[in-house]
Amino acid sequence: MQIFDIFLLEAVLNGILFGGVLALLALGLNLIFGVIDVVWICYAELMMLGMYCVFFLHKVHGLPLVAAFGAAVVLVAFLGVLLHVLVIRPVLNSEPINQLLVTGGVLTFLQAAATLAFGIDFRNLGVSMPSLAVGEISLPWSRISAALTALVAMTALYVFLKKTYLGTAIRAISQDRAIMPLMGVSPSRIYLLTSAIGGALAGLGACLLVLQYDVHPAIGLTFGPLTFMVCVLGGLGNMLGGFIAAFIFAQLIAVGGFYFHLEWGYVMAFGFFIIMMFARPQGILGAK
Amino acid sequence: MDRRWLPALAALAVLPWVVPSSYVVHLLVQVLLWSFIYTGWSLMGRFGLVSFGHGAFMGIGAYAVVLLWNFHGLSPWLSIPIGVALAVAVAVLIGYPCFRFGIAGHYFALVTLALTEVVRSVIVALRDTTGGSLGITPNSVLKDGVTWSVQALQFADKRVFFYIALAAWAFGIWVWHRIDKSMMRYAMEAIGSDEQAAASVGVNVTRTKLAITMISAALTALGGALFGQYQQYVNPETVAGIGVSLQIVFAVIAGGMFVRFGPTVGAVFTLLLTEGLRVGIGNKVNALDSTIYGLMLVLFIIYMPTGILGKLAEKLRRARA
Amino acid sequence: MLELSRVSAGYGSFQALFDVSLEVRAGEAVAVIGPNGAGKTTLLRAISKLIEVSAGEIRMEGRSLGDVPAHRIIDLGLSQVPEHRRLFPRLTVEENLRMGAYTAAARPKFAQRLEMVYALFPRMKERRHQMAGTMSGGEQQMCAIGRALMSGPKLLLLDEPSAGLAPVIVQSIFDLVRKIREEGYTVMIVEQNVRQVLKVVDRAYLLEVGRIKLAGSAAELLASAEIQKAYVGL
Ligand SMILES: Nc1ncnc2c1ncn2[C@@H]1O[C@H](COP(=O)(O)OP(=O)(O)OP(=O)(O)O)[C@@H](O)[C@H]1O
Ligand SMILES: [Mg+2]
Repeated sequence: MQIFDIFLLEAVLNGILFGGVLALLALGLNLIFGVIDVVWICYAELMMLGMYCVFFLHKVHGLPLVAAFGAAVVLVAFLGVLLHVLVIRPVLNSEPINQLLVTGGVLTFLQAAATLAFGIDFRNLGVSMPSLAVGEISLPWSRISAALTALVAMTALYVFLKKTYLGTAIRAISQDRAIMPLMGVSPSRIYLLTSAIGGALAGLGACLLVLQYDVHPAIGLTFGPLTFMVCVLGGLGNMLGGFIAAFIFAQLIAVGGFYFHLEWGYVMAFGFFIIMMFARPQGILGAK
Repeated sequence: MDRRWLPALAALAVLPWVVPSSYVVHLLVQVLLWSFIYTGWSLMGRFGLVSFGHGAFMGIGAYAVVLLWNFHGLSPWLSIPIGVALAVAVAVLIGYPCFRFGIAGHYFALVTLALTEVVRSVIVALRDTTGGSLGITPNSVLKDGVTWSVQALQFADKRVFFYIALAAWAFGIWVWHRIDKSMMRYAMEAIGSDEQAAASVGVNVTRTKLAITMISAALTALGGALFGQYQQYVNPETVAGIGVSLQIVFAVIAGGMFVRFGPTVGAVFTLLLTEGLRVGIGNKVNALDSTIYGLMLVLFIIYMPTGILGKLAEKLRRARA
Repeated sequence: MLELSRVSAGYGSFQALFDVSLEVRAGEAVAVIGPNGAGKTTLLRAISKLIEVSAGEIRMEGRSLGDVPAHRIIDLGLSQVPEHRRLFPRLTVEENLRMGAYTAAARPKFAQRLEMVYALFPRMKERRHQMAGTMSGGEQQMCAIGRALMSGPKLLLLDEPSAGLAPVIVQSIFDLVRKIREEGYTVMIVEQNVRQVLKVVDRAYLLEVGRIKLAGSAAELLASAEIQKAYVGL
């Protein structure tokens, strides 16, 4: 095997690891869309706040990393609930487009507020993990553990949705909203719960990303558009589709970035998204 | 547009000679150019076609002109039409399949968002040519005593650009007016309320939407080209990308996208806000304006979804009735 | 058990029910019949509080429903099989039944009631892992009734259970209704299949353009000239 191929293999493996994290992010957004029927354009900005939370608690205040992670998950879950109550609930019955735009406003707000509060500096958590070396391939443990954690979280969520009453109600509500009260389900309570879960997933995503990337106020713009596109490509609300789409996207970026340059990886991924929208507007798994 | 507007235009035309400083002229040019771009966006937005892709059209227009000038010495008089044509071509490339396959609402917004990100990423990726995220400056001819060049569309005196911006703005308003009076408006309104019903009474849905998208993209690309030319600097973040797209949406919503001068009011409002904050608080806290924008966008959508001018118009109508 | 006094309701500015008063006593089966658009579904929606009443009062076992939130109605022993069945198409049969037992009071009894429903509808047990949306219309109707029974209601509200089904199936649905009555449930059933429904109920109301036109025992209504002419089609 030539050395060239080894590096390609490494890029592919990195793509798979990144795909796991992307799938987790997309899952949160998908869940919210499926249940509440709104797209949180500001999803990645919530994640950005979670990353700052970990950074400050661990790096500045010296809290153990695990405690900082826990706090970030709780904080972002709370922010999710707050977002729902303050912003989404008032527009729940207005034009879908207003619902989309209103979270665009939150995006601008959070990004700018973070700039005001924290400045535009890139901040590094400074936790360095060793790499796993197999032959000539080396994969950083931060990525491996992130992908594994994402996998565990997704499995846990799957079990929750499949096996519990609440989980079943969450799946049911996207299929028939109007009759939920006949089952004794209060949709507004399900919305709150879903917002909290969606937020918690963004918080968890923040913990996984902060190990690999520097935090700065605009980091949401790196992951946000990518996350929506994964969701749409998978078919909004379709969690399995989102899972597959996440890995396709991550591969395109990793391999495209490997052959050309990281931006070209993104161009390829977004271009692929646009083409797929025309080929399969209902998502990769959707029925024709 | 009818004669009644001539005095108003004339009054606007003398403005640069009566305002106290070239700083105010600068603000006026900004307002006019952005109003023009916002008006271009609203041509689609008012019919429910919410695009996050206008950052792409603006970026294409702006970069085409600067790049063709710097690398091929092509005068903006030639490169602006090229840039506009390019943006229109991209609009068709995206719009046709979207409308053909009935991609609307959230999905349309997200596809156009992807388009914006593609254009921004391409600009950044071609950093050897475009200067990447640092941006690029068109080669200046304003040296050695040269104070203006029609061929390069570069003028030391901001007042010249004021008239160009004024003409563009008036053109935008005229286009709005023409569409408002045309069959296309009724077709678009029919499509907006029920696409299938519109199709069943003989409206060609795809073609009508595509036409409005092409016009909208053309105006936006022209606005982007003029904006880059006026600033003598373009940067992927300020003329392309999701940030610009959101800025457009915010201003238009604030002003009101369903009334002719709504986008203009939006431009005035946002500029006053930005400049007011800058004068009031100083340059240091440069994210404060965006913080307030974001907050106000949320408040506007919740409490005043028809915008400032839209709300005023409603009030007037109710008062008269 | 259930009492409506002078109930008016509608959608926005459109009024669909005018001064409707009726009563369902414990152990009874009562039908509400009437032409399309009469307001029958609206009536059931008002009882389940899916829409608010604009005037009048609804009482369940003496308790006014005025300040009970929609998702608490089921706790009072009122369970509805909505018009067009409204199963969750991409949940399995068993998951649909589980949704029927969502309330805190019903959860501990889930296994027991599941057996009861499966005994009543053996077909559902065979299909328990099938997606509800892929079943035949008749099977879906069984599943919908089963789902409503999972909460252990005192009063079962049925909205046109026979609509859209083949004649043979219609017959079996009415047999089922009879069986459910025999199990001791109180039933209120909305139907357009007048001749059939009047055979299984004790009393009936005729609703036309939002108003109660006639009320009486099933036999009386069946014998009335008005019903004979307009609804039984003789
Ligand atoms: N969601 C709604 N919004 C507005 N009007 C409605 C709505 N649902 C029903 N209506 C109107 O209320 C009236 C009563 O409708 P309802 O569905 O209660 O009739 P129905 O007796 O159940 O008819 P059917 O036998 O066809 O089911 C009709 O005129 C109908 O058009
Ligand atoms: Mg009905």
